[in-house]
Amino acid sequence: MGNVIGIGAAPKRKEDQRFLTGRGNYVSDIKRPGMAAGVFVRSPHGHAVLRGIDKSAALASPGVIAVLTGDDVADDGLGSLPCGWGITDAKGVPMKEPPFPMLAQDKVRFVGDMVAFVIAETPEQANAAADLLKVDYEVLPSVVGVLEAVRPDAPQLFDDVPNNICCNWELGDKAAVETAFKKAAHVAKLSLVNNRLIGNPMEPRAAIAEYEPGTDRYTLWTTSQFPHVVRFLMGALVLNIPQHKLRVVAPDVGGGFGVKQFHYGEEAVITWAAKRVRRPVKWVASRSEGYVSDRHGRDHVTEAELALDETGKFLAFRVNTLANMGGYLSTFGPNIPTNLYGPLLGGVYTTPAIYCNVKVVFTNTVPVDAYRGAGRPEATFVLERIVDVAASEMGIDRVEIRRRNMIPKEAYPYQTPVLVQYDSGDPMGCLDGALVAADVKKFGVRKAASASKGKFRGLGYSTYVEACGLAPSRFAGRLGARGGLYESATVRVHPTGQVTVMIGTHNHGQGHETTFAQIVSDKLGVAFENVDIVFGDTDRVQFGMGTYGSRSLVVGGAALSKATDKVIVKGKKIAAHLLEASEADIQFEAGKFSVAGTDRIKTFEEIAGAAYVPHNYPLEVLEPGLEEQAYYDPVNFTYPGGCHIAEVEVDPETGTVTLVNYTAVDDVGTVINPMIVEGQLHGGIVQGVGQALFENAVYDEGSGQLLSGSLMDYCMPRADHLPMMNVATHSTLCTHTPMGVKGCGEVGTIGSPAAVINAVVDALSHLGVTHVDMPATPNRIWRLLQNASLPVAAE
Amino acid sequence: MKPFAYHQPDQIPDAAKLLTSIEDSKLVAGGMTLIPTLKQRLASPSALVDLSKLGNLKGITDDGATITIGAMTPHAVVAASKLVQTKIPGLAALASMIGDPAVRSRGTIGGSVANNDPAADYPAGVLGLGATVITSKREIAADEFFLGLFETALDPSEIVTAIRFPVPVKAGYAKFKAPASRYALVGVFVAKFADGVRVAVTGAGPGVFRVPPMEAALSGNFDPSAIAAIKIDTDGLTSDIHAEADYRAHLVTVMAKRAVEAALS
Ligand SMILES: Cc1cc2nc3c(=O)[nH]c(=O)nc-3n(C[C@H](O)[C@H](O)[C@H](O)COP(=O)(O)OP(=O)(O)OC[C@H]3O[C@@H](n4cnc5c(N)ncnc54)[C@H](O)[C@@H]3O)c2cc1C
Repeated sequence: MGNVIGIGAAPKRKEDQRFLTGRGNYVSDIKRPGMAAGVFVRSPHGHAVLRGIDKSAALASPGVIAVLTGDDVADDGLGSLPCGWGITDAKGVPMKEPPFPMLAQDKVRFVGDMVAFVIAETPEQANAAADLLKVDYEVLPSVVGVLEAVRPDAPQLFDDVPNNICCNWELGDKAAVETAFKKAAHVAKLSLVNNRLIGNPMEPRAAIAEYEPGTDRYTLWTTSQFPHVVRFLMGALVLNIPQHKLRVVAPDVGGGFGVKQFHYGEEAVITWAAKRVRRPVKWVASRSEGYVSDRHGRDHVTEAELALDETGKFLAFRVNTLANMGGYLSTFGPNIPTNLYGPLLGGVYTTPAIYCNVKVVFTNTVPVDAYRGAGRPEATFVLERIVDVAASEMGIDRVEIRRRNMIPKEAYPYQTPVLVQYDSGDPMGCLDGALVAADVKKFGVRKAASASKGKFRGLGYSTYVEACGLAPSRFAGRLGARGGLYESATVRVHPTGQVTVMIGTHNHGQGHETTFAQIVSDKLGVAFENVDIVFGDTDRVQFGMGTYGSRSLVVGGAALSKATDKVIVKGKKIAAHLLEASEADIQFEAGKFSVAGTDRIKTFEEIAGAAYVPHNYPLEVLEPGLEEQAYYDPVNFTYPGGCHIAEVEVDPETGTVTLVNYTAVDDVGTVINPMIVEGQLHGGIVQGVGQALFENAVYDEGSGQLLSGSLMDYCMPRADHLPMMNVATHSTLCTHTPMGVKGCGEVGTIGSPAAVINAVVDALSHLGVTHVDMPATPNRIWRLLQNASLPVAAE
Repeated sequence: MKPFAYHQPDQIPDAAKLLTSIEDSKLVAGGMTLIPTLKQRLASPSALVDLSKLGNLKGITDDGATITIGAMTPHAVVAASKLVQTKIPGLAALASMIGDPAVRSRGTIGGSVANNDPAADYPAGVLGLGATVITSKREIAADEFFLGLFETALDPSEIVTAIRFPVPVKAGYAKFKAPASRYALVGVFVAKFADGVRVAVTGAGPGVFRVPPMEAALSGNFDPSAIAAIKIDTDGLTSDIHAEADYRAHLVTVMAKRAVEAALS
């Protein structure tokens, strides 16, 4: 018999048994009888009129089963890929929502836009046939940058979207902000670019679809973070397949980071195609294909202004952003730079007035959507950077200016001027903890040591908060969500007392199978090894919104906690019957039901047995069986946050920035498994460091070609880029989630870019450098030093 | 990847014959460069002629004033070779900086030199040391071998069998790695011989090249300070999303100084 391993323990991860022994089951591992291979033909042009496609040579190629194009999609009357959010401008005018056909019709709008699907007996034959497809393009000029796209003479992606503006979105009290600026003693200004990123999960996307004529059922295996949402969006809105005739399975998935939380055209095409050819069809993206088809992230151009009084108190904050949407609206696209951005501009500060305008813009690039952090890293970066700019301009210490404006612990719950109300937090506590952990006191000594080697050392702070646990459905609905954002869990107790949990979230690296088992083990007193977590299959799991927005523990874990409580309630009823006591007198603790004040006891296993062999059982008032389900809709977001401190060293000769120390003290609420939390923080921080120092998706203006379209040109952070990280938690409990949890999946990515760039600017501040755009590459730093006000000793 | 025939001859003349007789055939050595291009369908040879069974192409020999490295010798073997470490430590260091452990254990010196990638490391070592490329047909001096972007003096059926390196008085290599690929954004090999200094630069332009003003300055005074003020003309240097030409030019001077430091240490 194994042991109970409960909340706060750090067992090794259950799922690693199969991952580390090579026994995972990923989409590309799956083989179906008679399976054919499909490849997508993608546009090599950023912008072109699709004049015609000649299939004949491709169809005649050996092994070819079918070639499908946008015309076939139109002939079958299929729907457009839906957008899950409908935002509006200040006057309530809905965003422009042009159709997003699953295979291009009339026009292609980015390099990678799909024009055809070729199915053959083998992938080699499909590729060979794809090369023979004759696509007649009339190439148009592309526009890839947001500043260029809104110019009056810019190429227009859609006839009915003037200036390529999808929506001119606003948040906050514009007039109050203007008034405050008039009274300001100082106004800090900052223009910045939030660089475009590509998620690069280790496993490329893949899908297999199968149609069974005998039952008229479809099965889609897909690399998805939310199979039920794919079933709903694709079945109900694109392919017109009744929900009960469609099974979507997302088996083991090798990383997502947001990239796999959208309904992709590939999924719809392959499911539709499987029925047309009456064969299972498989498609596996290559890494290069992922670069031009996985949804990208970030890509903002922003002007920000912070008004301060003479003591450095923030009076008002004004932010104008142009956000790149790419060629079409992806599943969450317009929600990210608006609802997940503007409401976070208050940060951990008491700024009384905030106004934010975001122009959401179409360009000839891959659609942009959520990527780990999604909107919140962008907000944190603008705010934490401008705080440093203001501090330096006003001659106030950077930590001091933060302290002067920070929301005190006692002020929670705290209502911000931008919709959200923080339930709990202690930013000052995180800051104090981080200052000690980072040994900031001795920074001067370290800086001098660097200087003696000809290097510039800098320290950077980011005191931040984010909103996660997406999301309260009613609130989200007011903001434009077209679906709910609750989560569901079923706790199935077997007759022998073991437990299977069916949950609507999806585990693709986060360790849910361990964390959720700990919750059940803790609450039911069942051995950790006797709890299995099932997810990722619409035929096995009741329903679910999936995993993104740091919601799995916060929303899914809450549903699980509620369902577990229901099991205990029913167990007490059964125990009361068996122990001949009143239900009110039954206690449940450590896996045992007992009559209060007596030694009369029934174990959890005995109760489970009685529920399934109901001979001595109150059948008149209670159903047999022991299985409970709960849906949980959060009452608010959760607001994890903390303080990150980065320390960098810059080599002025080459411009190389080296991250030498990194400290994070984060408030993630209750910690279920500290090892997993630490892993999430490490991974999140690394992705933020990647954005700050290395990663950049670069398009060629005019042609729309992706210049950073491979790992040879898109720099991912690597182990040798990073110091050992100094990570700790300083938790306050969330007041509205069942276990006090806040979520930890994205905090690292949200806090870190500003900390790193603030450190780089600090290192170069003696040369008059006031801002560095991301990524702070050697070339960019060297260029800044060339232009810096003080001469740099080359020797 | 498209289908192709596969041959594994055990004699150099047989390999050469296969190359001439089969149209669109290609040699494969470590495959670290060739196989990815096949997978991406950027190349589709009709046949691959594998050099791995040609017994005498592997290994390093000490000829006194020179050392000879067989074409099929992997980078990891050169990096770990006591002989190379003793006689030309700069060359062992260069081999140790190529790619990652997997690439170093499969990629070969012959493949690297024959491929002449503008950002590869070996071309800088071969040109900087004034080595001789030995082929199935002849011997080619480094100065005549590298002809710019992926171009060499090799004819289509010629096989590199070995490279012969003269042992310098001192030599050093400094590499500024391209952030993503970790090929040389700029790599500089400096070698001091009794009769003068050679400086070869890779990564900065479309092909490896020498820097006569630096060679002259270092021949007079083999010290980093001798070249600190020498600026490289940006004309003809590469500009791309990782580095603009003037930054590459700047790095040539920085890396040349560091290569001299490495040679002196
Ligand atoms: C991830 C990665 C990172 C890398 N990083 C670096 C780096 O930092 N620096 C660097 O310099 N290189 C780097 N490389 C390239 C690596 O060094 C290759 O091994 C090398 O360029 C080619 O050697 P190979 O033996 O693999 O040749 P192959 O790939 O087998 O062949 C390459 C070409 O040379 C031809 N060829 C091979 N051998 C001969 C011969 N004996 N005679 C005539 N022609 C021949 C082939 O026909 C082919 O055209 C990297 C490669 C990878 C995959």
